Amino acid sequence: MSYVLLRHRDIPDINTLNVYKKNGGFEAFKKVVTKMKPGEVTDTVKASGLRGRGGAGFPTGVKWSFIDNKIWPHYVVANADESEPGTFKDREIMESNPFQFLEGVAIASYAVGANAAYVYLRGEFWQVAKFLDEKIAEMEEAGYLGEKLFGTDYSLHIYTHLGAGAYICGEETAMLESIEGKRGMPRIRPPFPAVYGLYGKPTVVNNVETLTNLPMILANGADWYKNMGTPDSAGVKVFSLSGRIRKPGNYELPFGTTFRQLIYEHGGGVLDGRPVKAIMPAGASSSFIVADEKVLDMQMDYATVRTLGADLGSASVIVIDDTVSIDWIINKTIHFFKHESCGKCTPCREGTYWMMHLIEDIRDDKHSTANVDLLLNVARQMQNKCLCPLGEFSTMAVVTGIERFPQDFKESNKQVLTEPA
Amino acid sequence: MTKQVTLTIDGKQVTVPDGMLVVDAAKEVGIDIPVFCYHPKMEPVGMCRQCLVEIGRPMMDRATGKPILDDKGAPKLQFLPKLETACTNPVSDGMVVYTQSEKAKAGQKANLEFLLTSHPLDCPICDKGGECPLQNLTMAHGPGKSRFLYDEKMHLAKNVPLGDLIFLDQERCIQCARCIRFQDEVAGDAVLGFDERGRSTQIVSLSDPGFDSVFSGNTTDICPVGALTTADFRFGARPWELSSSASICSQCPVGCNITFNTRREAMSDGRIVIKRVMPRQNEEVNEIWICDKGRFAYHYAESEKRLSKPLVRKDGKLSRVSWDAAARAAGEAIAKAKKDLVVLASGRLSNEDLFNLKSLADQMEGKAVLYTHMGGGDLVSLVGVGQGTNFGSMGEGSTIVVVASDLYEEAPIWYLRVKQAAQRGATLIVANPRETKLDRFASFVIRYSYGDEVKTVHDLTKKGKIGDAFVKAENAVILFGSDGLGLDGSTALATACARVLSDTEHIGKPNNGLIGVWPRANDQGAWEIGFRPEENLAGALKGKTVYVVGADPAGDNPALAKALNGAEFVVAQDLLETETTKLADIVLPVQAYTEREGTFTSGERRVQRFYPAVPALDGTKPDFAVTSQVAKEAGVILEGTSASVVFDIMAEDVKSFAGLNYARLAEVKPQWPIVGRGDLYYGGTTYENKHGLGAWLSSAAGRSEKFTLPRVQKVEELRPKEKKLLAVPVTKLYDRGVTVESAKLLNQRIGEAFIALHPSAAEQFGVEAGERVKLSLDGVSEDVVVKIDETISTGVVLVPRSMGLPISAPTEASLKVAKKVAVR
Repeated sequence: MSYVLLRHRDIPDINTLNVYKKNGGFEAFKKVVTKMKPGEVTDTVKASGLRGRGGAGFPTGVKWSFIDNKIWPHYVVANADESEPGTFKDREIMESNPFQFLEGVAIASYAVGANAAYVYLRGEFWQVAKFLDEKIAEMEEAGYLGEKLFGTDYSLHIYTHLGAGAYICGEETAMLESIEGKRGMPRIRPPFPAVYGLYGKPTVVNNVETLTNLPMILANGADWYKNMGTPDSAGVKVFSLSGRIRKPGNYELPFGTTFRQLIYEHGGGVLDGRPVKAIMPAGASSSFIVADEKVLDMQMDYATVRTLGADLGSASVIVIDDTVSIDWIINKTIHFFKHESCGKCTPCREGTYWMMHLIEDIRDDKHSTANVDLLLNVARQMQNKCLCPLGEFSTMAVVTGIERFPQDFKESNKQVLTEPA
Repeated sequence: MTKQVTLTIDGKQVTVPDGMLVVDAAKEVGIDIPVFCYHPKMEPVGMCRQCLVEIGRPMMDRATGKPILDDKGAPKLQFLPKLETACTNPVSDGMVVYTQSEKAKAGQKANLEFLLTSHPLDCPICDKGGECPLQNLTMAHGPGKSRFLYDEKMHLAKNVPLGDLIFLDQERCIQCARCIRFQDEVAGDAVLGFDERGRSTQIVSLSDPGFDSVFSGNTTDICPVGALTTADFRFGARPWELSSSASICSQCPVGCNITFNTRREAMSDGRIVIKRVMPRQNEEVNEIWICDKGRFAYHYAESEKRLSKPLVRKDGKLSRVSWDAAARAAGEAIAKAKKDLVVLASGRLSNEDLFNLKSLADQMEGKAVLYTHMGGGDLVSLVGVGQGTNFGSMGEGSTIVVVASDLYEEAPIWYLRVKQAAQRGATLIVANPRETKLDRFASFVIRYSYGDEVKTVHDLTKKGKIGDAFVKAENAVILFGSDGLGLDGSTALATACARVLSDTEHIGKPNNGLIGVWPRANDQGAWEIGFRPEENLAGALKGKTVYVVGADPAGDNPALAKALNGAEFVVAQDLLETETTKLADIVLPVQAYTEREGTFTSGERRVQRFYPAVPALDGTKPDFAVTSQVAKEAGVILEGTSASVVFDIMAEDVKSFAGLNYARLAEVKPQWPIVGRGDLYYGGTTYENKHGLGAWLSSAAGRSEKFTLPRVQKVEELRPKEKKLLAVPVTKLYDRGVTVESAKLLNQRIGEAFIALHPSAAEQFGVEAGERVKLSLDGVSEDVVVKIDETISTGVVLVPRSMGLPISAPTEASLKVAKKVAVR
């Protein structure tokens, strides 16, 4: 099977305009602008079964159809903030297959009637932003961006925008605030961006990987895409594999691939041949999946992973073997979320700070039961009260870690912890 | 009318306008949902998460659009798995809200515990203790024992000055952003912000100088914890020790409703003194806000210069005498003077004081002269804003014109309310010779040259965008001031304004008419009662028996000092010793308005009562009583014991006051938002109005009387001449007026006497910003610091009033470099 998203692995130099063009580049965009109505594009994407790759897995075409056509202008924002620990797929796409991504942005923009689109990149991606700026300039030069495209009345400009290094700006409304030049803090939803988005106007925010799917879907048709993956989760996904694994990296595979296939066939198995103890399927925001032989044979798609008490999210699969204690991991995730909490809402601001103290105490106190119980209690107390998902995410590993791996929090747990390779 | 929706909150049914938030709807039926970040005067942000409640919405059948019913025929409700914030969710038909269910209570309690993990345990020394939302809610819902280790509490700076008026205690702050949002949304001075993030998030001032806003004190009222305190009151008293008295601010013509908090004070020799000034709700006047001048400039009555004994000049020296002797001497002088009596009084006095003075002048056939630089109040009596006028109700369809006034400096709360009306959709036209802060919110900014005021107003009726916006407006109000104008100029401007309003039928109805931005609180009252300014005041005093009340002409202007020295006899009646009392033949000490009762008439012609807050200084009397006693000695009988009786007589005599009395002025009605009750977390510590909302005076237009407006008097327009400067007076909020000078806090904000020049004028005279120059006006010279203002015209020098240089009207000026000083 050839690649859909990581096509640079098949086609050398696809990051140059000529090579991209020679391989069918921009034909999908040209087709939609010259031959399709925006609604038809949305319908095709709906029919393809494409779901958002940023983590929530919301059907992309449905999201587009929420955009308020009574209020103008519309905007498209590409979420290239990729900050989830364990997620590194968008960076590879943008660095190696930039035109397909940008063409995807253009197709989405046409579909929702946007004449301006923003690519919001995390601050650390400044080199990627510079690179994309060059690619955007080339597209403008070649007539794929700018005024009156392909002889029609449709115009589109794409701009890159750099954040200042905040995980919270990956949350779509915080991202919009940041683009507007304000502090990156999430807004209350509703109203959702489709009604009140960038500069208060209807806005579609899509993940980089989601958008990169579009040119191929429009070129090959909805059915072609829907035939890949599972009925619940159509198409392909880039799995970012990391943790105690021999060959960490990005693997583009159809939904429905099993954990075992990913870890053993593609990832080369666990370091030192140890058994898989736990899996975090969605980076630091994950719930822990207790891994056993049966679980390893489960399919990776949105619905199946949910039956394991977790979410597939952005499919950043972190493999944990029996040398790693779960309390060590949640110490890391809590520190991360405490550091990244924006401070806007009380439960997250105070809760992550409190949890950090508790997990430190747990480490120093050799796992006193009282502190472990309190930590679990505090994490549960935060749940369903936060303003945005960040606070909720911070509790996932804590609650499922303590609940599903109680032995790792016992005072007898004298395991020597190793830094993962 | 907006659609009404009916919902059920804790079993109580409530019908409210569509779009109202659940938290407000609950308030309507007396259910207090705890909030910290939400404030009814600001947009909801849902960040503190304290108002968590369970919300059920009727399930709708997608096909029919009708509610799905259960077995019993009641609509099926859908609850989200998570609790929702009552402050961000608008009401909808059939909604069911539980604020006290186990789940909701657990959520609120959990959130409170989170807030307390970072909060210090310093309630016993915290200024907010006793009126603190966090403290009250903790007492009501908080856990008795902390599960958070005390050792792990964050320790942060406890006295960070955000500016010179407001201090921040970083430990107490709960990051609700009310202060930031108030400055941004309400005040329009976005000078506060957050720094850092997560648990390190802190409030910072973004301006230089720090917290650069005249509305800063309001943030301490709405701060739901003791994080923000005023430099004036911090560690000053515990809230439960304070008594409160309703009053009216006397600093400007807005007439903000305030409450004086008082306490017996060891530091003040055991006297009962004012400890702080708080806003009192009047949604038609000041809502729940006051400016910093009103809040902090109240110390003057405690001044060492306070007069406490009547004085009579004997052998060239003022010596103490009894009240009887002083009144007799004054009465005799007045009786002797007859029509040579000139009563010179200012708008600092109450309506009752002014009415007695006017009656005395009339009986003697003398003159009642208003001490002011600004004219036109007689026109405001004719075409002043109609009864029922409320900036808070102006929005789309209303046009507000502000001409020759810098509202931010002259009447800050009008600035705030006019700005908000503009943000609600009212058309704001700002016409001024220089840039003012209000320009930012204006639909149209007209920049004219000093001297072109009348022409500018006439042009409002010309065809074009601006003309249409004014003429065709459903409602139109003009606020006129005296920026760069003296008596002649402002009178001409007022006349022009009255005429255009009358010509376009924008008079005699609510939200239409003329408002004067007067220099003093009760100037409009003085005009109503019949006081009139004198064009040539110095000339009018010469050889006369002058009864000066509540004014210091000798201190303000050497020319007037000279005129008073040339008067036949001078009786000075005042609160403090002034240059005028020093040269008077008789000095009569009076009570401060905080020590007695009375009424003021605001610029919007609303009469409002003030009540005694502190005991009167021994030996003093209220002005109207002193005047009555003096008048009696001159053979004129005036009411002298009861202010309310004086008011009743005035209501018989002065048409615009007809039908009003003290009882009427003390009436209240329900106001929204509901503030000042037990749940301080909702509205803040502003006071509920229990002592009267006041009442509008009627205008001639409102009474449908026939009247003729005068023609605009041609004024000799001074224009800048080549190589010469035209000095024009402007008003600053913090000037060297006695109220500001005696408030130590604000004193720092007055700064040095300065003038403002256009950059090219500065170049022409070879001076730079910050340099010291000698400015001469009408023979008086003063050292002043140069500021540069590129929005004024080149031949003009702005001279602030009450900053040391006597300037009452535009005049020629000369300028000399005094000495070179380091340029900042």
